[in-house]
Amino acid sequence: MAESICRALRDGALEGELAPALTIKDSVASPFALQVFSHVLSQLFSSILAGKSQSRGLVVVSFSRSPSFYLDLLKNKGTDIASSNKQIQILDCYSDPLGWKDQLAGSRNFTALSNEVLVSSTAIVFREVKHMDKLYNSIIELGKGLVGGGKIRFSIAIDSVDEMLRHAPVSSVARFLSNLRSHDQISSIFWLLHSDLHEARVTAVLEYLSSIVASLEPSHQLANGQRGDLENFSLIKHNSKKGKFHVRFKKRNGRVRVMSEEVHIELSGINFTSLPSEGAINQGLVPKVQFSLQLSEKERIDKANVVLPFEHQGNGKPIQIYDGRRSLVDGKHERPFAAVENVQTNENCGSGEIIYYRDSDDEMPDSDEDPDDDLDI
Amino acid sequence: MNQRSSNLLDEALGLDQVIEPWPLRCRVVAIEDQVDTSGSFVLHHLLKRSLSPNSSNVAIFIAFSQPFSHYDRILRKLGCNLVSQRDNSRFFFFDMLKLQCPDGDEGITPEGGLIALYGKIHKTISALPEISWKNVSIIIDDLSLMEVAANGSSDYVLDFLHYCSTLTSEFDCSLITLNHEDIYSNEDRPTFLIQMEYLADILIKAEPLATGLATDVHGQLTVSNKGWNKVSNFHFKVKENVVECFYPGRSRG
Repeated sequence: MAESICRALRDGALEGELAPALTIKDSVASPFALQVFSHVLSQLFSSILAGKSQSRGLVVVSFSRSPSFYLDLLKNKGTDIASSNKQIQILDCYSDPLGWKDQLAGSRNFTALSNEVLVSSTAIVFREVKHMDKLYNSIIELGKGLVGGGKIRFSIAIDSVDEMLRHAPVSSVARFLSNLRSHDQISSIFWLLHSDLHEARVTAVLEYLSSIVASLEPSHQLANGQRGDLENFSLIKHNSKKGKFHVRFKKRNGRVRVMSEEVHIELSGINFTSLPSEGAINQGLVPKVQFSLQLSEKERIDKANVVLPFEHQGNGKPIQIYDGRRSLVDGKHERPFAAVENVQTNENCGSGEIIYYRDSDDEMPDSDEDPDDDLDI
Repeated sequence: MNQRSSNLLDEALGLDQVIEPWPLRCRVVAIEDQVDTSGSFVLHHLLKRSLSPNSSNVAIFIAFSQPFSHYDRILRKLGCNLVSQRDNSRFFFFDMLKLQCPDGDEGITPEGGLIALYGKIHKTISALPEISWKNVSIIIDDLSLMEVAANGSSDYVLDFLHYCSTLTSEFDCSLITLNHEDIYSNEDRPTFLIQMEYLADILIKAEPLATGLATDVHGQLTVSNKGWNKVSNFHFKVKENVVECFYPGRSRG
């Protein structure tokens, strides 16, 4: 499923259509968005290097991590950065996003350090993150520097939109992302979002802008507010290494496909596996008490065999199910109404009778469903 | 004795082995506490460890909460002399108790406010020999009072903290902060607190026990170490000269 995401980004945009856009969102309870983002980034870049993707270059807009983090990440995946700086550029919105260093350099001794120079062939420092227009222009310029003008496309990775939303209103950020998606040289774009830092409507805006939304949720929900006890700690520990990964794809034909996987965080990286069966999950969540809450197979069969009092007339006749038409049995009698009437008059007064026909065999005898639910008053 | 009794906290942070080069280098450590369980002892413990006589580590302490004499008194009981460390240029104390950021400017001018403080920290570290940079700890006590000094502008404080975290990649130093969780507990979405949790590589939470206060156990610490992909939980008791950390049920009374 993570593979489907990477494939969608690799395939890129169709002529005249918006570029595919991916939101990777998480929360503090399951904070793995950065790992997923890094995984997607390294996969996409490998495709770009191998010439297997529509996009011919990658621009990383880095707010939360230093450029060297991404260069080291790609180096650890076996990429030779020195020779691939024609295919990746990093817009460094991390080192001096608000121009404080510039301001301080003006008023006192403040020297840039040598390690900033080392990455400068791949990273450009950007100092005006409050200005979305300038940010947009810088990204396009960087991308064109990689792939040239014309029809060749490049991809954009943004880490993360949370920082953008701190510096600019959501409308500006939405317009910025929308403009990028509409640019005819953008192949695909993806960004990282921590959903619990924003109001629900902000997250909703970004999800509407995305063709793919990948969300991370904890494997087990913690009891509200209570962190104190040991059981919660074991859940915290479990949630720190595992989570659920849900992906929603919006297809071109308007259909939506939803898929889920399990995600495991290891020191070496992130792994995606299919979700275990529902039963296994539920077993883990049933509280451990001294009496049995489950039915055994024999108990289940016995329960199914119990005929409830109002389901038989006490006259040995089989249980009848009303299917909206006259049953075959009744049809054999020439005068069904008369038969019913006879029964009624024969019974006489003294003992009442409940005649109940179940609507269908699907209805469980002790179902909680309200039979009047389908009334249309 | 001090070394052994705090071993669980040291183990969770990698401070039980060598402390030079400083094991917390390049890391942002966020301590969160509550009224019932003050996390200051963690700050004092980390300060003491960083100024260990067996190392040449340096600590830059940004104090919004207490004056120098307060920390001097506490660290003396833990066996550390802050005055002589300050004289030896191993301990730099920035007294921020009277800092009031100019209204409306929000630190736009580099002369006042948090921009100047960032510049001062950068200058202090740059002035040290390059080999010492990764052994520097920047300690902030505490973030909620920094917010007060910044006239309640949590965005401005977050900008400052972002710039401080860039120091961890520029100099390979460490950043250690303390904040109070229950100050934000009446907010629907405690954004400032959550921002710090995302920024932190290591999160240390000091909380009361689920069963409430007790004389033998003062609270519990949960250490989430993202770099090691490890979460630890243990109880603690703060004594006069030492903090005891132990697994549940192992209190020595």
